[in-house]
Amino acid sequence: MKMQMKSLIAGAVLAGATFSTSALYAADYVIDNKDAHASINFRVSHLGYSWLQGRFNKFEGQFSFDEANPAASTATVNISTKSVDSNHAERDKHIRSDDFLDVSKFPSAKFESTAFNMNDDGSAVMTGNFTLHGVTKPIEIAVSKLGEGDDPWGGYRSGFTGTTEFKMKDFGITKNLGPASETVYLELHVEGIRQ
Amino acid sequence: MAISIKNTRARYGLAAISLHWLMALIIIGMYPLGLYIDSLGYYDAAYKTVPHWHKSIGMVLLALLVVRLLWHSISIKPKVLSHSAVQKRVVKLAHSSLYILMFVALLSGYMISTADGRAIAVFNWFEVPALPAVIDEQEDVAGLIHYWVTTSLIILAGAHALAALKHHFINKDKTLSRMLVSTGRA
Repeated sequence: MKMQMKSLIAGAVLAGATFSTSALYAADYVIDNKDAHASINFRVSHLGYSWLQGRFNKFEGQFSFDEANPAASTATVNISTKSVDSNHAERDKHIRSDDFLDVSKFPSAKFESTAFNMNDDGSAVMTGNFTLHGVTKPIEIAVSKLGEGDDPWGGYRSGFTGTTEFKMKDFGITKNLGPASETVYLELHVEGIRQ
Repeated sequence: MAISIKNTRARYGLAAISLHWLMALIIIGMYPLGLYIDSLGYYDAAYKTVPHWHKSIGMVLLALLVVRLLWHSISIKPKVLSHSAVQKRVVKLAHSSLYILMFVALLSGYMISTADGRAIAVFNWFEVPALPAVIDEQEDVAGLIHYWVTTSLIILAGAHALAALKHHFINKDKTLSRMLVSTGRA
């Protein structure tokens, strides 16, 4: 309880520090996968009755973001497809098989941005090419910025969330789990450390 | 003459005979069952029940194998009825390989299902707990091993059966009949 209060206070102080820092300028960031302050999550409907939630444990990427010139922002992310984790070994084995990701043939998935449009309310859309299962298609990721500022360890960080969705069959994954389960919803939490 | 529970130099006893044939029947059934599981689709009614049976039977087999190896280690071994020293060595190697393949088949199967820390429910009767995973993507590696080892086991068991029949019908010795209860001659 005492620990919880302490971390709550620390969190509040940190949040305050984040809001008070307004030194915003163009910078290159590396996604903090080392300390896992980023995650790539997906969900697919299970029979139309509930959500199956999973994630990719191994990925790396970088982005650049300029508050003054958001349109110049870019991002690249590489995902190791075999790192898929839905908290069930037998299902993960199935997802990695040639029914779905076919990871022995397609060990990585990739996103490379091509455009970034920011609205006045802070919401934004990042357009880019997404390569999955050997198929490259343009997708749009709805992005919102959470914050940026100094971290307590001498670095500088900024964080975003993004959501997007796609149909498995659009990427050549023809295995059909039923009409309710054709779409994959991706939720991305990205924290970058400024270089 | 009634057959004793224990082996003699001349023949296998009831315990070894029961373990041998019970495990043989189960293993021969488990292989096509495994292939059938592999063929099941997501919407097949058997998608959940048949793997549950396969895993449950596998854990029973593992217990039987442990009992069998213990019994084997404290038992008299009936004499190998082969002629040459080379043949005797091949027989020994083949029998050891059968034991090793059985063990690896069961262990790799266990390692697929327990890779995420989940226990294996044996006929919803009791659970065999998971051991910590030893490698990344253990379920994939163990799955590959499971397929090739069980396939090798079935092929070697087939050769084992052919060898027994050859002894019985060509050499006309007791290699096969001493593993059966029907003949009182031994």
